[in-house]
Amino acid sequence: MGKADGPPILAARHVVRRYPARGGVRWGREREGAPALDGVSLELWPGEILGLIGRSGSGKSTLARVLLGLETPDEGEVTFDGRPLGSLSDPEQRRLRREVQVVFQDPHASLDPRQSVGGILAEPLAVHRLVPRGERRSRGKLLLGEVGLPTDDEVLDRLPRALSGGERQRVALARALASGPRALILDEPVSALDVSVRGQVLNVLLDLCERAGLAMLLIAHDMRLVARLCGRVAVMAAGRVVEEGPTRGVLESPAHSATLELLEAARWLSEPPRAETARSPGEHSADR
Amino acid sequence: MPPIVQVSDLAVAFPGAGDGWRRVVDGVSLTVEEGEVVGLVGESGCGKTLTALALFGLVPEPSRVVAGTVRVGGEDVLAADEKRLSALRGGVAGLVFQEPAQALNPVRSIGFQVSEAARLHLKLPGERTDELVPKLLAEVGLEDPAALARAYPHQLSGGQRQRVLLASALSANPRLLVADEPTSALDTVSQQHMVELLEKLRERRQLSVLFISHDLALVGRLADRVTVLYAGETVEVAAREALLDDPRHPYTRALMQSQLRVEGGGSQRLPTVPGTVPRAGEWGRACRFAPRCPVAFERCRAARPALTGLENGRQVRCFLASDAEEPDGKG
Repeated sequence: MGKADGPPILAARHVVRRYPARGGVRWGREREGAPALDGVSLELWPGEILGLIGRSGSGKSTLARVLLGLETPDEGEVTFDGRPLGSLSDPEQRRLRREVQVVFQDPHASLDPRQSVGGILAEPLAVHRLVPRGERRSRGKLLLGEVGLPTDDEVLDRLPRALSGGERQRVALARALASGPRALILDEPVSALDVSVRGQVLNVLLDLCERAGLAMLLIAHDMRLVARLCGRVAVMAAGRVVEEGPTRGVLESPAHSATLELLEAARWLSEPPRAETARSPGEHSADR
Repeated sequence: MPPIVQVSDLAVAFPGAGDGWRRVVDGVSLTVEEGEVVGLVGESGCGKTLTALALFGLVPEPSRVVAGTVRVGGEDVLAADEKRLSALRGGVAGLVFQEPAQALNPVRSIGFQVSEAARLHLKLPGERTDELVPKLLAEVGLEDPAALARAYPHQLSGGQRQRVLLASALSANPRLLVADEPTSALDTVSQQHMVELLEKLRERRQLSVLFISHDLALVGRLADRVTVLYAGETVEVAAREALLDDPRHPYTRALMQSQLRVEGGGSQRLPTVPGTVPRAGEWGRACRFAPRCPVAFERCRAARPALTGLENGRQVRCFLASDAEEPDGKG
């Protein structure tokens, strides 16, 4: 997968990340002293869609923050284009900020409620000095088109609260695209969306990946999503990557119990019990 | 036996501009028979949560119920006074919400919160609640219940909190459990465990359950019968298998087609439903799904179909299934 083209865009090597244990916690998800990341290695290659799947608390989001340079690993290192984050010069730091973008689960929380859509999209253009002030509105419309929103002034002038959940998430995506990234990190990007608009947002992501050659790291807990979108998958459990490989192979012969558990849950949840296995539904069983 | 829940043609409205009221629920009908599990499916803004709150007389100010009837456990909820309503809340019917972190009081112990309804409704003395709490916590599958009773909400994981809420909803032995999106904050493995637990509790306690979710597949795991909401109204009601095998309303079909399964191997487009869910109260007087419907015709854009009873208790609100029309002049 593009390995001949040079180094991975982002890579974690033997990353350990510990949080101070909270006093007296007996019932927390993590056992006291267990690191949030416990020797994680992962590579994101140009143009690929990599799924990072695991249960709540398995370390997925911590790994995302470490890859983005928002947290520093206690051990191991993270590289951007093969260079350790710690050794990046200021211009390289800015290039990382421009070329690796992130979209979070809840567009409610990640969009400034007081800023119009136009303002939200103009900010990265201004910060990275990509587009002169006078052209930012027209660039904003182009970005709206990229994510399948109407490209008119009316949308640019709206505040986030005047958008539906799916529209908000597409604005968050348009903002992430504004700086012309090579990689997107998507942390549960559709789990807050309605089922009937989820497909629209995910298809936009696939289009972007194919058209612009964007690499994507898709963080999810639902194997159904990863199976559909990702060519490669890494499974996390208790702060480690416990299985990794082409999605098809992992689905066919899961090797680790954590993978199996996620697979079985996804299958169980999407297959309603049939008459012969269903428990007595009372008088309404005759309703068919 | 009369149904434990009977809602017909419910409308809830917010005060709008001027002296008008804006209906955000308008045409929800719903029945739960004694001992039955009914799934209530719908997307954001379709009126699921307001419907659930209306069952308990808890529709939040400044909105109010402006039409319809709501009966729970034989009680006319819209006419009942506060005293009768509080007997209903937690006593006849327990309620579990989506966000366990928000529904629990951070400064009260788990034991105190789990036993609240039992103290209130069953008037249990202290030592009896001390016995009850660990039993309830064990019943919902939590380990080391005695120690857990002394813990506080922040010390628990999301899945554990959700089980604590369930234990507290069950503490006064209600006949009905209303669970509003009890799994949507959980990962898929915890979702499975929660549904399995609800199946077990339903059996053991002979519970009637109203299970509210945006996830049709999940509802299909648990429910005997499914009620589908769209844009503030009931659009289809059918027994589970009848609905999953042969959905009649185009919206139900769209929901079925949007379901994901464990299949693929990357880069596969997903089926989509064009357009967006209309905002609450902005749905005009014609069929509310018509703008997104692949089979809509002229009449769908001019009149609003009525929810019509078909064979085997199935109800559908669609001109392709029945000619019946809502009388206009509402809202």
